[in-house]
Amino acid sequence: MAYTEEELKKELETKEYEYGFYTDIESDTFPKGLNADIVRAISKKKNEPEWMTEWRLEAFRVWEAMEEPEWANVHYEKPDFQAISYYSAPKQADPNKTLDDVDPELLEMYRKLGISIDEQKRLQNVAVDIVVDSVSVATTFQKTLEEKGILFMPISEAIQKHPDLVKKYIGSVVPRTDNFYAALNSAVFTDGSFCYIPKGVKCPMELSTYFRINEGGTGQFERTLVIADESSYVSYLEGCTAPSRDENQLHAAVVELIALDDAEIKYSTVQNWFPGDSEGKGGVFNFVTKRGLCEKNSKISWTQVETGSAVTWKYPSCILKGDNSVGEFYSIAVTNNFQQADTGTKMVHLGNNTRSTIISKGISAGKSQNSYRGLVQVSSRAQNARNFSQCDSLLMGNECGAHTFPYIETKNKSAQIEHEATTSKIGEDQIFYCNQRGIDTEKAIALIVNGFSKEVLNKLPMEFAVEAQKLLEISLEGSVG
Amino acid sequence: MTDQEDKDIRNTTMLKIKDLHASIEDKKILKGINLSVNPGEVHAIMGPNGSGKSTLASVIAGKEDFEVKKGSIALEGEDLEDLAPEERAHNGIFLSFQYPVEIPGVTVTNFMKTAINESRKAQGLEDMPANEMLKLIREKSEMLEIDRKFLSRSLNEGFSGGEKKRNEIFQMAMMEPKLAILDETDSGLDIDALRIVANGVNKLRNKDNAIVVITHYQRLLEYIVPDYVHVLHDGKIVKSGGKELALELEEKGYDWIKQEVAV
Repeated sequence: MAYTEEELKKELETKEYEYGFYTDIESDTFPKGLNADIVRAISKKKNEPEWMTEWRLEAFRVWEAMEEPEWANVHYEKPDFQAISYYSAPKQADPNKTLDDVDPELLEMYRKLGISIDEQKRLQNVAVDIVVDSVSVATTFQKTLEEKGILFMPISEAIQKHPDLVKKYIGSVVPRTDNFYAALNSAVFTDGSFCYIPKGVKCPMELSTYFRINEGGTGQFERTLVIADESSYVSYLEGCTAPSRDENQLHAAVVELIALDDAEIKYSTVQNWFPGDSEGKGGVFNFVTKRGLCEKNSKISWTQVETGSAVTWKYPSCILKGDNSVGEFYSIAVTNNFQQADTGTKMVHLGNNTRSTIISKGISAGKSQNSYRGLVQVSSRAQNARNFSQCDSLLMGNECGAHTFPYIETKNKSAQIEHEATTSKIGEDQIFYCNQRGIDTEKAIALIVNGFSKEVLNKLPMEFAVEAQKLLEISLEGSVG
Repeated sequence: MTDQEDKDIRNTTMLKIKDLHASIEDKKILKGINLSVNPGEVHAIMGPNGSGKSTLASVIAGKEDFEVKKGSIALEGEDLEDLAPEERAHNGIFLSFQYPVEIPGVTVTNFMKTAINESRKAQGLEDMPANEMLKLIREKSEMLEIDRKFLSRSLNEGFSGGEKKRNEIFQMAMMEPKLAILDETDSGLDIDALRIVANGVNKLRNKDNAIVVITHYQRLLEYIVPDYVHVLHDGKIVKSGGKELALELEEKGYDWIKQEVAV
């Protein structure tokens, strides 16, 4: 989406989190708290088959016995899981309606989000599945995709229409027992996207999901399942925002990717959840489990631009199971004010000749803490595994922190693993140099940050890259005095 | 003289520095500089290490580390005191840095595009159309014998000393400043690189702009021939003359000036 300098300037002037509006649409919200009855009620609300209800209940039992993890380099007051409402749906949402039937206030909300569906349809060749709070409201482009045999729909719909696929793959990459938040998500997820690309099909457009937390006191637990069958290709985009609120909101998603033989999945995220205000009040807790499974000769590429959330805990990973499979992780994580991010990846090399690349760019400003945490694991059976990791940190000011926790575990001598790390600071001399060429400080920072992040920005699809650059500039506004 | 006449005279002067005193962290560096530069002129400022040459360049450009304690600097009659460094740049001041900084990931082309469009914006102009920008880049890089591949490299990253300085002069050519200050542009250059850089500067000289060359050695002035030479010593201009003064300095050394000042 093109934007002009003027628009950017106007936005910078306001400084406030620009997606911080609350839309007054009638919602259907469950009472707060979590127990087996709530889990059953969610399942019933979704008209789920018995096996799904049981699957959820098992996850709930697992979750009950688990402790919230504390190993991440983040500090926050733990959410009260009994004070969260686990289901909130805009009342008028009905997946069978056409766009003309959609609540005009919802459409207005999309407009504010800058994702006018009509525009997207007409101009961008992007199919969008929008999840507001817990329900997919409108899925565009479905017909075009159906012609190619591509399934792209809310996961709740997929459970009804394609139970075999869902049953086979859900929890196959991220098991319910994987971790505290994955177990919670498995019990209470309310919506998310499902995507299946048939054998040999190249998806002709970018598939996109836009998430937004609207209702106060709700958690968003979306579940995304992407299956690329043999020799297929898909590029998937995900964007997130939430309105500004004083209290913390919880976001605990699970994303599972399955790339079968010779398939390729490119998964890009631009995350702009509300980061809390400049005093560190409010903001979204973003505790996400993302993992992909690579079969023979397949490739999964994660690209993420993380500018939002008060606390981020997220490690998009690749299990390189098949021989010659490739995993990639490209990340930009920006923290400002009191934000805390602990993010990175896991590359698990199981097959022979597997390769992985990790490029992480962390930018810290204000009083924020930004950690990279990565694991490169090579099993004893994996011959000739290769990994290259590069972690660069950029600091602005004297009160922020950058941390790097690279873990390497290799049990096979043929593995080649390279790790590079740098830490730099935006220098006053760099700023003055730009100033002297007529570039003011704000613009100079944007220029330097974009240069620093370029290797990752280049990996994003075009329309996302522009959006991401704009977000970087907004996130760092006022961070160097 | 009426006020209007006085103003007209001041406006014809490109750079007017009056009794300039400047300090860094309470250390006095400039102690009463007076300098007047007209359009079309090239002035050389020479002096031993620590005499305040680079400080003078930084203060004119508006670097905030330095505090102006007394005196004034005016460009075409407009006092610069309240202007930020970028505003001074918009008004036509260009500083060729002694140590150009690296900006990884930002190409020379992108940097110049941003710089030019920011200055245009300050003047209420639209962004320069892409084809015009390309034409300008082609023209200036040819003039300075710059390989086009060089322009897609990250700014100053991994540049040799000569490349850095040539890049500074390329930027000067692109920005077309009214007043260019070349701070030790000759340092770190071998004789061939020096010749290319100096030729570039000479091509950019015209009757409407002015150049202040700051240098320790006379060598550069063989290529960029100044109209005036000033000797800076302990924060003051202690001697001014024509281009022959540079030769005299080369011959007698800075001790000669120091002794003369002491007497």
